[in-house]
Amino acid sequence: MTIAGHKHAAPPGAVDLLNIDALYSEEERMIRDTVRAFVRDRVLPNIAEWFEEGLLPRELGTELGRLGLLGMHLHGYGCPGASAVAYGIACMELEAGDSGVRSFASVQGSLAMFAIHRWASEEQKQLWLPRMARGEALGCFGLTEPDFGSNPGDMRTHARRDGSDWIITGTKMWITNGGIADVAVIWAQTDEGIRGFAVPTTAKGFSAHGIERKLSLRASVTSELVLDNCRVPAECAFPEVRGLRGPLACLNEARYGIIWGTMGAARACYETALDYAKHRVQFDRPIAGYQITQEKLVNMLLELNKGTLLALHIGRMKDEGRAHPTHVSFGKLNNVREALKIAREARTILGANGVTLEYPVIRHMNNLESVLTYEGTSEVHTLILGQHITGENAFM
Amino acid sequence: MKIVVTVKLVPDTNAAKRIDPATKRLVRTGLETVLNPFDEYAIEAALQLKEKLGGDTTVTVFTMAPETGKETIRKALAMGADDAVMLSDAGLEGSDVWATSYAMAQALKKTGFDLLIAGGLADDGNTGGVPGALAEYLGVPALTNVRKIEEAGDGKIRAQRETDSGYQVVSGPLPSLITVTMAVGEPRYASLKGIMGAKKKTIVTLMLADLGLDRAVGTDGAKTEVLEISAPKPREKARVVEAADGASGAQAIFDFLREKKLI
Repeated sequence: MTIAGHKHAAPPGAVDLLNIDALYSEEERMIRDTVRAFVRDRVLPNIAEWFEEGLLPRELGTELGRLGLLGMHLHGYGCPGASAVAYGIACMELEAGDSGVRSFASVQGSLAMFAIHRWASEEQKQLWLPRMARGEALGCFGLTEPDFGSNPGDMRTHARRDGSDWIITGTKMWITNGGIADVAVIWAQTDEGIRGFAVPTTAKGFSAHGIERKLSLRASVTSELVLDNCRVPAECAFPEVRGLRGPLACLNEARYGIIWGTMGAARACYETALDYAKHRVQFDRPIAGYQITQEKLVNMLLELNKGTLLALHIGRMKDEGRAHPTHVSFGKLNNVREALKIAREARTILGANGVTLEYPVIRHMNNLESVLTYEGTSEVHTLILGQHITGENAFM
Repeated sequence: MKIVVTVKLVPDTNAAKRIDPATKRLVRTGLETVLNPFDEYAIEAALQLKEKLGGDTTVTVFTMAPETGKETIRKALAMGADDAVMLSDAGLEGSDVWATSYAMAQALKKTGFDLLIAGGLADDGNTGGVPGALAEYLGVPALTNVRKIEEAGDGKIRAQRETDSGYQVVSGPLPSLITVTMAVGEPRYASLKGIMGAKKKTIVTLMLADLGLDRAVGTDGAKTEVLEISAPKPREKARVVEAADGASGAQAIFDFLREKKLI
């Protein structure tokens, strides 16, 4: 029906109510569709089992590599050079499957590959990046230590020169992909300040130990890395960067992906809860017909749409070179917090079914507890923003 | 070798659909358009053959669809096809199998091909009539239900045709038309590089005026008319058997199956 030539808008969908879809380019929609199809075919049928068994199959890396999703926003060295928005959309679809799968891609692309791409010598880039883009070589990123999480500047791991070699000693903790990595980006104190190294995991003195008893991100490999007088040749050291600037540049990339990823997890929870509420009958009517359920669903819908818009806004700013690290803190803080609330609310709608792996909700909910903490805790992002708006440093 | 894959753009296969009782046509507004799933297998077969033959083998995607279908066609290009041809003209609206295959055949004569690959059945209309009619109009053999292309080149093709009890090995000259089954292999995902490269690939648009047709197409050229649309009869209500215990319940099921001669 038309009035004065204006078409009535089609009724909006129940998930993308704001039609954010229309703000994506054709290419971005295609990337979304292809990653979504991959997750539907390869991740969703298996993820409950992977989560329960506490594993992530190694071949998933090669499959993600074949799709071009590893280091997708990097240029050259076999990487496709996609936009920040395209990368974010891929993170969102992967995390709609599982935060562990998205973490795998984030660490490979935004931490390990980004660090090498940004800071390593040309020779090291040629050595690692093309194989990492194909998923044939895997990487991890060693910054956090058992006693230094939010405060990485005081790390104990140190590297000293021995002739032209470097000898690295220390322990890194909570390292995603650590046990399956071929190369570990290790940050260590040196006489010249903090420096980064691309350490082949076959180097003598390097070992990785799995952290098994997790109740979150179970479909993800988390490890402790031990460097015991680990000797690496001079070319493994990143030539120029000194200080925390090196690792923080990488963290900013991975944190950005989380702004999107969490909305994928939230969407999966919301969709599950909405569908469940429409079919679950109590007192002779679907629970979707009760006001309390509707309020829950609507609150989830609001935050899901707002959070996705926020991710897109920060993504566009990033593509235009206007995104500041405080923007990324804003996005990470808000979207993880809201995704976690959505997951918990969805869990209540599913009742007892919500605690089983038959539904994705509690898996996402538990995963998001890790996402809340890693890549800058919500407390740290709060203080970053607090310092930005007040000028007062409340970290110490 | 020039391989052309005919594809149809259909409404999202998972969406709930509605028929307009006045026009007796599917209501397409508000429905997302996707590549007909069977045609994705045809694209996969074409890309496999291209990879095997190498050299100057090309894969062209051909569709008859409104211009708005370009985004969906780009997905086929992102999977790895080299270019696309779209036959788009408002005058084609309302074409049935007869008119569709006639118009497509005239356009395909212009495009040219050594091997034409089709999916065999569209998810929306479900007639399965177009490939056969196309082969007839084009004067080429039709090798249907192909599960594997064994060889293609040097003016001939050898392929395995799926049958109810196994498969036949058949051969024919080129140019030929084949329709494929899902046994050719799962359609590949469009890779990121494929997607990013797709926008640089050419989509040629042909209109009716480009074809010089000598008979009517669209509603006027249709030889079939939909007389009546009705929903399938609802299934009969299930029979509920009350049983005192497991053993008598099992007996009741057994008796039922035997009565139906299923065991």
